[in-house]
Amino acid sequence: MWKLLKIELFKIFKRPRTYIAFGAIAAIVFLFQIALWFDGKTYIELILGNIDASFDFSDQFKTHLLNGYFVCFAVLNILLIQMPLLVALIAGDVIAGEANMGTLRLSLSKPVGRTQYLLGKFFASTIYTVLLLLFLAILALFGSMLLFGINDLVVFRSTSIHQMSQDDIFWRYLAAFGYAAVALTTVASLAFLLSVFADNSIGPIIATMSIVIVFTILSEMNIPLYDRTIKPYLFTTHMVAWKGFFYVRSNEEGATIKGSIENLPAILKSLSVLLIYIFLFVGSAIWIFRRKDILS
Amino acid sequence: MADLIVVKDLSKHFNEIVAVEALSFSVPEGKIYGFLGQNGAGKSTTIRMLLTLISPSAGEIEIFGMNLKKHRKEILKRTGAIIETPDLYKYLSALENLRIFATLSDIKATQKRLMDQLEKVGLSERANSKVKTYSQGMKQRLGIAIALIHEPQLIILDEPMNGLDPQGIADIRNLILHLSRDLQKTILVSSHLLSEMELIADSMLIIDKGKKIVEGKMTELFAPSETIVELETSNPNEVYEKIQKTDLKTSMASRKGDTILFRVHRKDVPMLVKDLVKLDIEIISLSPKHSLENYFLSLTRENRHVETFKD
Repeated sequence: MWKLLKIELFKIFKRPRTYIAFGAIAAIVFLFQIALWFDGKTYIELILGNIDASFDFSDQFKTHLLNGYFVCFAVLNILLIQMPLLVALIAGDVIAGEANMGTLRLSLSKPVGRTQYLLGKFFASTIYTVLLLLFLAILALFGSMLLFGINDLVVFRSTSIHQMSQDDIFWRYLAAFGYAAVALTTVASLAFLLSVFADNSIGPIIATMSIVIVFTILSEMNIPLYDRTIKPYLFTTHMVAWKGFFYVRSNEEGATIKGSIENLPAILKSLSVLLIYIFLFVGSAIWIFRRKDILS
Repeated sequence: MADLIVVKDLSKHFNEIVAVEALSFSVPEGKIYGFLGQNGAGKSTTIRMLLTLISPSAGEIEIFGMNLKKHRKEILKRTGAIIETPDLYKYLSALENLRIFATLSDIKATQKRLMDQLEKVGLSERANSKVKTYSQGMKQRLGIAIALIHEPQLIILDEPMNGLDPQGIADIRNLILHLSRDLQKTILVSSHLLSEMELIADSMLIIDKGKKIVEGKMTELFAPSETIVELETSNPNEVYEKIQKTDLKTSMASRKGDTILFRVHRKDVPMLVKDLVKLDIEIISLSPKHSLENYFLSLTRENRHVETFKD
């Protein structure tokens, strides 16, 4: 398995298209950081303008609000919705791309088990996804910390505001990136499954993107019937649960309880749903691939 | 000599399409076995079944005396193959491609071994060039290097001369002969270049519409001193019965549609003509065939792609 994984990683990182995603992430993060560096004050005013008027924000609060942790949170809010599309670019290509090139038949005529071969490719896609997130973490978290410094993090929700002290934030980011890795691996697994059916990578990439977009729209719809019947079963509903690490509990005086998470069971439940999806997608891909006639 | 590949009643159906039907054949060890058939005859499907890329609908395949389904890995470790054009990773170099497939072949791919292999096929100077810059002939040679890197006992080549120039074809022909004659490898080679097959094959199998038409040693099927004579008649059933009652039946090779094929020594052709006339057979045409191509076309004549170009 290790040698197959090494081969797959070698192939992935030798392809120019692999670096498109890294380039796209770097461009978005830099553009966002540059904009906030030069005009962060207006951005903060814009955000606070959307908050309930009953809150009274002091100038000192506003000054401290724009810091590295806050910028990283804003970047993640934007990017973690788009990243599945970048992951699909690689994961949708892993099998279909080989079929298209004609290398699938050559590889499978070698003494390699089909399950091992597929798992090697799946783990390589997962490592690519994790590396993509690591790259995002370095740019968005550490880059923003360097550029904007660190301070307490304030997260705004429609009905509440959550404030965390600066020594209670870093571990939350580690947890959030870890969760995002699982969420993106779910998308990679879907692209991977669709890739097994195709002899051309365009099909599975577009199909994955379409499914993610449709499911995301359904997840965002505020329709009570869908809230009960459809949303709990869509993996996209559970992909945004990383935000839960930044929602904290307060004591009776209204002060934040350090190290607390508002609803840990909900996060764990979402994590379980995503893991079940990964298992189902990868399991189905293996089942189908083992029986597939290689005609490409 | 033992048979290295034994195929029994092999069939493959794609829904209602029958690609291969009840095909049985044996490939003797250390020989070059030609696999002939028109496009769509079922050659590639059969070869893919031998390499476990396609699962048979029915039948058994034994290679090295082992059941292919049960001993897939052991068999493939001792088998090298080129399936149609050798499609490779174009964004990687020849050396990188070779290293990947050597690793998949479960051998220790040292730099020296890989470079030696590229040297053998004349690609060592371009070892680090990306495959996308290679000509078709160079890709084919790299494909051969990949197929042979683990020193397989059995080599399966599906149309290895496709798209090559005359020099490339000659190189492949010489390589196949060298592998068989000098290194005692067993080679199953499919090709539509019949003149080439005539030069290299020890035995051959002709299939048509997924079924076996004829199988045997080249010396038996097509001795250079022998001639295939094709008789076209308006009443083949009656002629067939007449021939069965005479000594001519021993020289009758096969019958297909309105034609009957005879295999006779070149010097006996005039005698055959006399005998047929004596039998009062209504002859439309009687044509001697001198090449494997003519023999092949006569066996598969019902499947001409373009009727206008009748020979």
